[in-house]
Amino acid sequence: MKQEDVRMFPNIVTPRNPVIFDEAVCNGCNACVELCVMDILMPNPEKGKPPIVLYPDECYYDGLCVKNCPLWEKGAIKLNHPLNQRVRWKRKATGEHFRLGMPNPPPPNDKPPVGGWDAKA
Amino acid sequence: MHYEELVKEHAPRWPYPVNYGKENEVNCDVLVLGGGIAGCWAAIGAARKGARVVLVEKAATKTSGSGGSGVDHWHDAVTNPACRITPEEYAQAHIDNFGGYHRCGIGHYIACRESYDCLLELEKMGVKIRDSEDEFKGAEFRDEKTKLMFAYDYTAKYCVRVWGSRAKPALHKECQRLGVKIYDHVVITSLLNKDGKIGAKVVGATGVSSRTGEFFIFRGKASVLGMAKATRNWVFSTELRGLYVDGRPPNQSGDGHAIAWRAGAEIAGAEESSRVGGGAYGYPQYGAGNAGNTWYACSMVDANGKEIPWVDRDGRILKTVSERYRPAPGQKFFLSMGGSRPSYEYMPPRLMPVQGDIATPSGPRGGVAKIEAAYPLYADLPSLPEMERKALWGMMIAQEARTLIPIYRTYNQAGFDPEKDMLQAYAGGWFGLGPPQWRAASNGGPIVDWDLKSSLDGLYVAGGQIFASGDHAYSAATGKYAGRRAADYASGADEPVIDRKQVEAEKYRVYAPLQRQNGIDWKELNAGVCKVMQDYCGELKSEEVLKLGLKWYDEIEAGEAATACARNPHELLRLLEVFNIMTVNRIILEACRARRASNSYLGFTRTDYPEVDPPGWRKWVTIRLDEGRVKTGELPLDYYGDLKKNYEAHCGL
Repeated sequence: MKQEDVRMFPNIVTPRNPVIFDEAVCNGCNACVELCVMDILMPNPEKGKPPIVLYPDECYYDGLCVKNCPLWEKGAIKLNHPLNQRVRWKRKATGEHFRLGMPNPPPPNDKPPVGGWDAKA
Repeated sequence: MHYEELVKEHAPRWPYPVNYGKENEVNCDVLVLGGGIAGCWAAIGAARKGARVVLVEKAATKTSGSGGSGVDHWHDAVTNPACRITPEEYAQAHIDNFGGYHRCGIGHYIACRESYDCLLELEKMGVKIRDSEDEFKGAEFRDEKTKLMFAYDYTAKYCVRVWGSRAKPALHKECQRLGVKIYDHVVITSLLNKDGKIGAKVVGATGVSSRTGEFFIFRGKASVLGMAKATRNWVFSTELRGLYVDGRPPNQSGDGHAIAWRAGAEIAGAEESSRVGGGAYGYPQYGAGNAGNTWYACSMVDANGKEIPWVDRDGRILKTVSERYRPAPGQKFFLSMGGSRPSYEYMPPRLMPVQGDIATPSGPRGGVAKIEAAYPLYADLPSLPEMERKALWGMMIAQEARTLIPIYRTYNQAGFDPEKDMLQAYAGGWFGLGPPQWRAASNGGPIVDWDLKSSLDGLYVAGGQIFASGDHAYSAATGKYAGRRAADYASGADEPVIDRKQVEAEKYRVYAPLQRQNGIDWKELNAGVCKVMQDYCGELKSEEVLKLGLKWYDEIEAGEAATACARNPHELLRLLEVFNIMTVNRIILEACRARRASNSYLGFTRTDYPEVDPPGWRKWVTIRLDEGRVKTGELPLDYYGDLKKNYEAHCGL
């Protein structure tokens, strides 16, 4: 932490990170920008880079940015519930407690929903 | 000096080409305002009749609105082949339940007649509505012949479980296929009346782009208003959990209500409100341990693993999970939704109330004892029969709005396993608990006739925009119906002529905030507008308090709001929304003044009229603007008349 580069900033708008992009995966196609119901994402001035989350405090957390991302299963974009929204659960057989966002979480469950991620008639 | 002034030169440019005030003129037969479920179906209904249709949506039609992210229950599907009750029985039950105030009989009967047809059409558009792969073969809720799967009452079979997370993209595609001209990211700011006269025939609307700031003048021979009720009227905080308040997209600012009011439409039901948790104090929607709605009828256990019993309407303890989905002895069918005062006749099985927990769904009336339990409570998914668990977590929590990614994917990725894990429940459910002055507007909106036409000529109403309305399937059915009727009207209507003066006045109003500096911003204004409702339209109301609320809004409109500024088209959109929220709140305050009697079904308490439910006030009270004054009127609760006869005379099929 460089003491000579301490700046003035206004307070951070929160929740700050409703969606998290992985720069290594996202190709900046802006599909999410086009269909966000609250229009919180702006195209990055630099082509091919992830969108800017300009209005994180307006996020509706419907996850449609994730679902409509062509690279979502590769992790290009993730929904991130704020700390005050992280629920708990208990394993029935053992009584162990878990929660959303816990350190050292149990292994992820990748099972798709019944009918698949894009159930069709 | 503000910080922004220091850094302004370094801020990135607005990414879209800005052209404030540039006029775009668009003509059509049927103008659909709002591109949610009702709007899309209205556009489809009108386009199939051969009308030239324009649809205007303030977000992106592919994903916008309350149904944008999905639907799991297809309600009112009474005409499906497996259903054991008639549309007349089911509609009447909904109308009679909650003292007759819960549903507009016209809209609800239309839903009962056409909801299942809409579902079959959705299937043709590619939406999965039945278990064709036999994943649930043998399940009690599955009809083996049609492979349709039912929810709630497994005997009556009026509500279908569907894979609806793709419903909105499918509707969007169908609109495009039918040649509907879609204007996304354009917010409608006003309705235009013939000769610019408030209360006269609606001939079009104005709009502004939330990306470019361009202005739109839409001319339509008929218009369909299909927007949603307002959120952000009582509670507003962006800091705690975004703008989220009550489960609907928070860009729903009651634009349709506000513009209809300003154009002179007659409105009913706006005095109804109920307590809300206020979002920030709740949890992700459908994402906390629960036993209602999408979680119906999950087993609940206390901290020691003791199961909370389910009881029927008579307080009889139900011994099996299966009985939670069956009517009580002597009951033909039950209604799915709880609500504050369900009638005994249609009361569903419920969890026994837990001692001291104001959040447990209130038990059947008639002196059922409460149960002692150790907190916290948990939704015991592992103990459910396999088919019920698979339907609840594997299907419904995935297809319901805001569940596929926010709940199903996110929780599973964090290691949640429905076969092993019990999700914790919280006081107030996922909505959380707020103080009594934190409320949400319920079901107010423009009144309609059997053509779903409002009190204004040329203006039709659909979906949640109708007073005392229903949900997704209701919006689909009434949307299609309104679109059809609007197309019929348009086919015989003159070319609409707009009044330039009305357009100019609206243009001035819309762009004024861009000319100002250093005034109030939309967020502080929204919070202030909400505070007025908390203080002057809370749980307890009286003439003096309500009038003070209106006085506040007079002052804010002439003062703070007249200084309000916006720096780009997005801020302008949000600010115009807050102006509309203020208009909607005025409607609510006026509606509260007009009903001079307390009403237990509408969550409405007047301290200056303490008698509850006096018979003389068992009616709809209506209000409208006339020459700048509020005119009140009334409508019998059963003004719809003979449901079947009137439907068949007006449906246009």
